[in-house]
Amino acid sequence: MSTATRTPAAARRSGADLLAVAIKVKRYQPDRSDKPYWQEFQLQVEPKDRLVDALNQIKWEQDGTLTFRRSCLHGVCGSDAMRVNGRNRLACKLLMKDVGTRITIEPMLGFPVIRDLVVDMDPFFAKYEKVKPFLINDEPAPAAERLQSAEERARYDDTTKCILCGACTGSCPSVWANRDWVGPASIVNAHRFIFDSRDRAAGERLRILGDRNGVWRCRTIFNCTEACPRGIHVTDAIEEVKRAIMYGSTETE
Amino acid sequence: MYRGQSGMWSWLFHRITGLGVLFFLLIHIVDITLAGFGPTVYDDGIKIFSLGIVRVLSLALIASVLYHACNGLRILIIDFWPAGHKYQRQMFFAVVALSIAGFIPMAFFVVAPIFGRCPGAPNTCAPFI
Repeated sequence: MSTATRTPAAARRSGADLLAVAIKVKRYQPDRSDKPYWQEFQLQVEPKDRLVDALNQIKWEQDGTLTFRRSCLHGVCGSDAMRVNGRNRLACKLLMKDVGTRITIEPMLGFPVIRDLVVDMDPFFAKYEKVKPFLINDEPAPAAERLQSAEERARYDDTTKCILCGACTGSCPSVWANRDWVGPASIVNAHRFIFDSRDRAAGERLRILGDRNGVWRCRTIFNCTEACPRGIHVTDAIEEVKRAIMYGSTETE
Repeated sequence: MYRGQSGMWSWLFHRITGLGVLFFLLIHIVDITLAGFGPTVYDDGIKIFSLGIVRVLSLALIASVLYHACNGLRILIIDFWPAGHKYQRQMFFAVVALSIAGFIPMAFFVVAPIFGRCPGAPNTCAPFI
């Protein structure tokens, strides 16, 4: 690694070669200034540190006011989605050796910014609730469980992986243009139940997604698929919902 | 600026070319309307399309129509063929290649009169104004 340097502070951290990186953060501190501003931090990190470790290092050692969400730090809670070098990523799923030595971090587009990298997720979850993301089945429950074949389970496997980080929604030009649009994450979570053989409310969800702020505002841009940290084929899921609405059936594929 | 990949560029070009074609449609409505004022007015009116600068604008129109048409087919394939989304990137490059392949011969016929050549239609070659 050509940019690796060793410093006394670095030696305290680890015996490994360290990377000197510059992290430029788009900051917004509403109690200090009405306008966002850029701030650059210089630091030494281990190549196998994650970006969230670097942000923690800044927060703990350089500037305690740097504000960002993180919780599980293992790519499951979906708290630390942010725009890294122009693309939505989870800071806990990026290794420093893979992001380069000059890194630009911004809050996600399409969300109101609360402070620094923290965005307001309330409208996102309101839209999520709109698609009824829970099993609906009023039939009497069987004695043991509602059985499902492996094939029936596989039908919606991809969309069970969503962690609601918002990376797809924040990458979508249709969302930037129209914040009323339901957005890719909600459609993914509707897909998860629409194609579940145990669920009985597919028609209701397809009606919700068939209106003017439903699936049809998707322009098959594929930013969502590229941004998804879980590798969900988001655009494909949206297309499957579109076809289910158009053909009036979930059994066509 | 979000650093999207081929899918985002394909959408952006689709929007821009769509607006460009719509803009030409408005001009086209005006030039066709001239026919209502008699053949002389119409003939004089459409001479504007022989101007060098308008021929260059015509190139933009050809490129826009070709790209918009080919990418429209790409979107249809993604919409209706369940496996279409897997090939969206390859189809984008195919769209660009097809558009360029169609553009080159058409551009030749549009631009050649600027250089005093009228391939294929020597009798109708309007003098370069």
